[in-house]
Amino acid sequence: MKVVINGEPHQAAGAMSLAQAVAVLTRAESGVAAAVNGDVVRRAAWHTTQLADGDEVEVMTAVQGG
Amino acid sequence: MDDPLLIAGEKFSSRLIMGTGGAPSLAVLDRALAASGTELTTVAMRRVDPAAAGSVLDLLADRGIRVLPNTAGCFTATEAVRVARLAREALGTSWVKLEVIADERTLLPDPVELLTAADQLVADGFTVLPYTSDDPVLARRLEQAGCAAVMPLGSPIGSGLGIRNQHNIELIVESAGVPVILDAGIGTASDAAIAMELGCAGVLLATSVTRARSPELMAESMRLAVTAGRLAFLAGRVPRRRYALASSPPAG
Repeated sequence: MKVVINGEPHQAAGAMSLAQAVAVLTRAESGVAAAVNGDVVRRAAWHTTQLADGDEVEVMTAVQGG
Repeated sequence: MDDPLLIAGEKFSSRLIMGTGGAPSLAVLDRALAASGTELTTVAMRRVDPAAAGSVLDLLADRGIRVLPNTAGCFTATEAVRVARLAREALGTSWVKLEVIADERTLLPDPVELLTAADQLVADGFTVLPYTSDDPVLARRLEQAGCAAVMPLGSPIGSGLGIRNQHNIELIVESAGVPVILDAGIGTASDAAIAMELGCAGVLLATSVTRARSPELMAESMRLAVTAGRLAFLAGRVPRRRYALASSPPAG
């Protein structure tokens, strides 16, 4: 299965949850949000959200700005 | 003097809202924020960078400064609403500095997309602080949409050109029922003082501090300028006169 995480293609061996996709980039316990195909998924639901082939995942955090 | 800034029922004893963009390092930013006395500071939302060292969020938490996520870099209402929702989830705040810009060259707000996004975010329960042009009509429309403040620009972001249309800022202040926060264009301390003398409830700035030769020193000057301008506004300036008025008694 292939998903796109923050614009980079990622090959998963089997099923992949959103929590596993986020963990590819960060282990931060807070300050991070994720969206699948543009829809924000609450952190509490990351483990139970299974990704499908071709899903686009965005993992965002706060940086200096404004 | 107890004269807090009130936004959506929350009290801030500092009327200076800081941005965090443009600082050469987190350490420099940290000292500048401390010197500014700010209690509310903006951050941007971007993709997680696994190689990033240090976090602006930790810095703000350590200083006890409330975080205000922005939607910088968004060109449409749809993008801005999505970023605001990501920020709410990541940072646990429903406050957002709403920015929807029209183009990269001027970074001026796109009024149509801005108002559309404001409508959607208010309906979704956000406390919306929109970065807007200095148009009194648009400011009124944003207030009517339910925004908790209006934040007109003095001049384009990062330009340091000060307040180009003081008359419009006065018009916005006159009719606004929510705090007016001068956002963008501040170049130096006198610009911040003028904003407050015009009756703005606060000033939001970043570049003039973070890119100054000494960010820490400039932050302190902004803190004093905002306070001085506020006191001058409350005190009520004397009217401008065409001719002299002797300050010493003419007789005796």
